[in-house]
Amino acid sequence: MLTTIVQPNHYQDSVALMVLSRAVSDLPGVTKASAMMGTPANRAILADTGFDSPELATATPADLVIGIDAVDEQSCADAAARADELLADQGSAVSGAGTSRVHSLARARTLLPDANLALVSVPGVHAAAEAHRLLDAGLNVMLFSDNVSLDDEVALKSRADELGLLVMGPDCGTAAFAGVPLAFGNVCAPGPIGVVGASGTGTQEIMTQVDRLGAGISHAIGLGGRDLSALVGGRTALAALRALDADPATDVIVLVSKPPAPQVRARVEEVAQQLSTPVVTMFLGARGTGRDGNITAASTLADAAARAVELAGVASFTRPDPEKAGLVGLFTGGTLADEAGVIVSEELGLDVALNSTGPGVVLDAAPHRIIDLGDDVYTQGRPHPMIDPALRAEKITEALAEPSTAVLLLDVVIGHGSAVDPAGAIAGPIREGRERAAAQGRQVRVVASVCGTSRDEQGLDAQIGTLTDAGATVLGSNAAASRHAAALIRRARSRRQIPTPSPVPPRIADLLAGPKVVNVGLAGFAEDLAGLDVPVVQWSWAPPAGGDPRLARIVERLLAR
Amino acid sequence: MTHSENLTDISRTIDDFDSITDANKAVVDVMTAGQPVLVDVARAHTLIPELDTGEKVLLHAGPPIDFEHMPETIKGACIGAALFEGWASDEDAARRVVAEQVRLIPCHHVGAVGPMGGITSAHMALMKVVNTTYGNVSYSTLNEGIGKVLRFGGYDAEVIDRLGWMRDVLGPALSSALATTDGGYPLAPVMARALTMGDEMHQRNIAASALFAKDMAPLLARAGLPGDTVAEVSDFLGRTDQFFLNVAMAASKACADPARQVRAGSVVTAMCRNGYEFGIRVSGLGDRWFTAPVNTPSGLFFTGYDQSQAAPDMGDSAIMETFGLGGMSIVAAPGVTPFLGAGGFSEALATTEEMAEVVTAHNPNMPIPTWNFQGAPTGIDIRLVVQTGITPIINSGIASKHPGVGQIGAGTVRAPMGCFTRAVEALAEVYGVDVS
Repeated sequence: MLTTIVQPNHYQDSVALMVLSRAVSDLPGVTKASAMMGTPANRAILADTGFDSPELATATPADLVIGIDAVDEQSCADAAARADELLADQGSAVSGAGTSRVHSLARARTLLPDANLALVSVPGVHAAAEAHRLLDAGLNVMLFSDNVSLDDEVALKSRADELGLLVMGPDCGTAAFAGVPLAFGNVCAPGPIGVVGASGTGTQEIMTQVDRLGAGISHAIGLGGRDLSALVGGRTALAALRALDADPATDVIVLVSKPPAPQVRARVEEVAQQLSTPVVTMFLGARGTGRDGNITAASTLADAAARAVELAGVASFTRPDPEKAGLVGLFTGGTLADEAGVIVSEELGLDVALNSTGPGVVLDAAPHRIIDLGDDVYTQGRPHPMIDPALRAEKITEALAEPSTAVLLLDVVIGHGSAVDPAGAIAGPIREGRERAAAQGRQVRVVASVCGTSRDEQGLDAQIGTLTDAGATVLGSNAAASRHAAALIRRARSRRQIPTPSPVPPRIADLLAGPKVVNVGLAGFAEDLAGLDVPVVQWSWAPPAGGDPRLARIVERLLAR
Repeated sequence: MTHSENLTDISRTIDDFDSITDANKAVVDVMTAGQPVLVDVARAHTLIPELDTGEKVLLHAGPPIDFEHMPETIKGACIGAALFEGWASDEDAARRVVAEQVRLIPCHHVGAVGPMGGITSAHMALMKVVNTTYGNVSYSTLNEGIGKVLRFGGYDAEVIDRLGWMRDVLGPALSSALATTDGGYPLAPVMARALTMGDEMHQRNIAASALFAKDMAPLLARAGLPGDTVAEVSDFLGRTDQFFLNVAMAASKACADPARQVRAGSVVTAMCRNGYEFGIRVSGLGDRWFTAPVNTPSGLFFTGYDQSQAAPDMGDSAIMETFGLGGMSIVAAPGVTPFLGAGGFSEALATTEEMAEVVTAHNPNMPIPTWNFQGAPTGIDIRLVVQTGITPIINSGIASKHPGVGQIGAGTVRAPMGCFTRAVEALAEVYGVDVS
């Protein structure tokens, strides 16, 4: 079955027509096909190759001729239709340019001169040599590759220390800088919590738990599983702790790892104690939790995330009169007040009995006090403060006016029976009280939690939003709010000389400002980064000299000549 | 031997440079400083002494080869040349003459380049190009057009008749036209301009050929030639889209040759193929050829042909890539990017970006508009080729492996890695690099 289609006055260049001929020839049921302009020479070729027909004789040099030889009429018709589609669709076959692909470090640097990180996923046997070259080129290195020897790791990390660079890994699966997850990572809200992790999924769990608690991540620096071993000595961990300590976006650091070698743990904890930023440690399976100076040890990944969230915002809290910095709790719920009293007295080491000095006074340890405004003494002749917030509004104004008040701790209880908008009723006094204190040169923090659900008529998120807008810090539970308030007071009253962080090496600081990545190996990582609008060049790596080590050595030497 | 007129001595050795990279820069500086000028067209034996000895001599493309190892396509071209020269009157006799009596010399050994088979004989019309910067000279035959042609192994009467017309009409007409100029027809401006008009000057020369035809027309008229001749020649130039390929090849040869006087560094100064082996020369390794078996080009085919009929890679036209054009600069020619595959323009861009990784410099005289006016990537560094595994990509016509059929398609082919690894080994020896 032979068909000849003549499309009058339809010019296509010969290249396009050769592509078309091949595409149509490849269709099922098509024996052969040929598309050409109808010049006399081409008409002769078509006739010679079996496409002679009456239509062909009518074609002029300006006409496009498509000859189709197919097994039956339907195949011919289908092929003709497909030819029309292909002619109409030549431009759309190719998508955008995408990520730049290169085959050498030199070219990668040309295309991305300000690159600050190499993400390396080449086979382990080549990884160390390549990482050394990348360090020499001034790039921080995230070594996703595994099967790198311990000796190579030590050599790489020593070299990185000399150059003021980070080597994350080998076998480092997770990191994030300035909100950009690298390799295996989650997109987390930005925030003040920095993670230093010798474990990929441990880091991911902490990051995602932090996100779920409504806080955010500044950076996550991966270490590789052996960094805290005796031989590697925590080289990257120490550099990472110092870098995050100096980073203005980070004010809590979480360190997660399997239990380090004892001497390494001692060294890391010694450094962590000296940082200006609070550190939460999570040494999986290690005994002993709780607070020791600047370090809070957590028992689970989720616990570490929760402790970190409670410590967020603490590092920047200072008072002109540390010894007078007091915590004032004004509660509408009795048991919430009691819980706060227990936690605060424990966290601040107050040696006082609760509920011992008078009705409604849960904690009395000047300058600290916690009051239950729902106590009978406050509800004579007026409604309970959960129904009528007016009394607490007054008390908030008074408390914030007191010079000794550094932290004001509140509960907000919503749900059936409660006021229509309890947060709204106290938002004004909170805002105005903070402003007045600030005008007098006093930092005052207002810390709150909301007891309620998103299904309550007042709306959990709306209440939290109102409080946050007024300048309060809202935590996920009364206990968390209490611990956060206590941590603020501890910080304000600390006699410890807060050290000034030593400056971060400039190339590490540049990485914290935002990664610009040379991705060496697995292309998927580069595509993920490009999808996040991160500057990235894909180095489609191949082993030097085709994997011939002798030839690779010769070339290396010739390149050095 | 060196083919030259008033040659400028720019000889340097490895002792003149602190590093291979410095030497490479000097090599590429010479290459890109060339000013090729087309000065004449004449019978080959009047230009090349080796063709004027009275012996039966044929020039061929690529590194040295004997008749036995030539693919049938090039043997066909040899037969055609023997018939054209009148050494025999039929195919069988011609084959015997070539096999038994003819001395085969690579074009490159006499300052010439030839497309595909590159078969050049004493009485064919030959272009003479002078590099006025250094005074050296290069030669190439004239493009025969498409269809049955000698360079693709055709040798029937049509082929031989056309060669006769080129010898008797086209060559002398162009010679007369060039004689009306003041010192010849400068080629670099035409090439630079054609790069901005969508040619990469190997696969596509339509713009350059049109510029050439446009520029020749008044010269032909002014030369006082018969009207018929002017008409025939203008018509031939006007419809031979690849006419300028041979001109550009001679120009590139003229630019690459003086760079060989810088006998240092790791820059490729010639690439060519003879249908059997791919050969390269390297600046620090003098006139030695480093060879490896050729690949077979793949691409798009004319109606009735397919990959199974493709002849192995052949021709001196890889001098275009040596000079940084052709496949190296495929991004300049969006119209022919489908020869690369289905990726279209983005694939062309990626290809030129890839080529840029194994070169020494960009030729500032050959800016490519579709590449943000970056210069053509020039000066292939064998160290980088071996290290990265990126071999130069050559744009190429595809000949039928059966003689007498001619061109059956066009596409691309990679230079084989073997010639580069062999050259690297040799260079290590020259530079005293420990190879244990």
